[in-house]
Amino acid sequence: MVISVIIVITFLFLNAIMMGYAERKIAGHVQRRPGPMEVGFHGILQMIIDGIKLVAKELLIPFNVDRNLFRVAPLLSFTPVILPFLVIPFSEKLQARDLNMGLIFIVTMGSVNVMALLVGGWGSNNKYSMFGAMRAVAQTIAYEIPILLSMLAVILMCNTFSLKGIVDAQQHIWFIFLQPVAFLIYVIGGLAETNRAPFDLPEAESELTAGFHTEYSGMGFSLFFLGEYTNMFIVASVATVLFLGGWHGPHLPYGEYLGVVWFLLKVYFLLFLMIMVRWTYPRVRFDQLLNFSWKYLVPFSLVNLLITAVVVKL
Amino acid sequence: MKQYFSELFTGGMSLVEGLGVTMKALFMPIVTVQYPREEIDISPSFRGHIDLILDPEKNSYRCITCGMCEKNCPSNCITVKGKKLEGQKKKSLVLFELDFTKCSLCGTCVEICPVNALEYSKEYNLAAFSREAFHYDILSRLEERKK
Repeated sequence: MVISVIIVITFLFLNAIMMGYAERKIAGHVQRRPGPMEVGFHGILQMIIDGIKLVAKELLIPFNVDRNLFRVAPLLSFTPVILPFLVIPFSEKLQARDLNMGLIFIVTMGSVNVMALLVGGWGSNNKYSMFGAMRAVAQTIAYEIPILLSMLAVILMCNTFSLKGIVDAQQHIWFIFLQPVAFLIYVIGGLAETNRAPFDLPEAESELTAGFHTEYSGMGFSLFFLGEYTNMFIVASVATVLFLGGWHGPHLPYGEYLGVVWFLLKVYFLLFLMIMVRWTYPRVRFDQLLNFSWKYLVPFSLVNLLITAVVVKL
Repeated sequence: MKQYFSELFTGGMSLVEGLGVTMKALFMPIVTVQYPREEIDISPSFRGHIDLILDPEKNSYRCITCGMCEKNCPSNCITVKGKKLEGQKKKSLVLFELDFTKCSLCGTCVEICPVNALEYSKEYNLAAFSREAFHYDILSRLEERKK
């Protein structure tokens, strides 16, 4: 158990470093510039250097903030994103615990993350942080509903909340082919859940400086940063489990362990897509954000759920 | 109702199109110049600080030390000194200094010169640790170019 926790936390840091590097490189090439080039071969050590810089920095606590809340918020943002790794089935045998309520567990832990943003924004005693936190809450409430409804469509088809059970049910056909609408809704909702562009209103640089983490420096900021990238990984891996057939793929030797290769390939493909989306679309306005959820995503996911229920019953 | 779906369709298509544009840009060659390692050619009309023209016929400067540039310089940053050397009819140049810390690159000296002895240099990598480094001895720069 201890070993798996260590592996998971190491993996989190590695994932954040890799994602940060990929993000900056892809952003560069989309804008036809090379991105980080100085530290190491093609800037490959840039994120490690940045990490060292962040660790070495002082954690400033501004005047008149709520000290306890201010300190707790980064931890609150980082801890709950580790827990879903307990139930994610990387391959047939690489899964720490096969909870029969696995999916609900992940959704619950995902919601705790919003609390961290609210606590951080509220505790900072700063109107920009406050606005960011409020936006994060409104956005997550609006987008959690279509996400849950699209998940429910899959649950109806395979009759289990256990992630392993869901992947097993996709042995012959991935659910993306049976539930394309639900997949699309889940990915859009997932972007909003992780506060990624074009739904990055909680940390909109141009209007709120940095939103809820404006006042954070050093490790406080980097825990939020780690939290964000890990959250992205979890959203992508849940999408893989629900729609892209988890560890299923062409046969490999030691398939019950090496299925992790297919799993990670699918996850990183989705993450690549999320990065491309970030560097393609401009940020939406707040009323557009909520309108899109309530006018398009919720009705579509409801209709999709209804149709799924009828078809399954027949 | 019809508008609702047509908006959804056109909006969705435009999003896909946008993603296609960035996807294409992702694999196109980069266009920025990695400055300290690569340098681009400076345009011929670039106006750096002044330099004396090396006349290929005389293999020397054309300056007649009239001092027009010195007098007309709005920032008083040019110093010209001439001296009559033995065995020569005209004065020859012994000092031509430019205080680049004061120069505003207006180009009046180049325009006013009656014998067209001045030009703009193409240097742009100008950085130093002291003010004195910007007091250019234009004459010795010319001597160096002769070699």
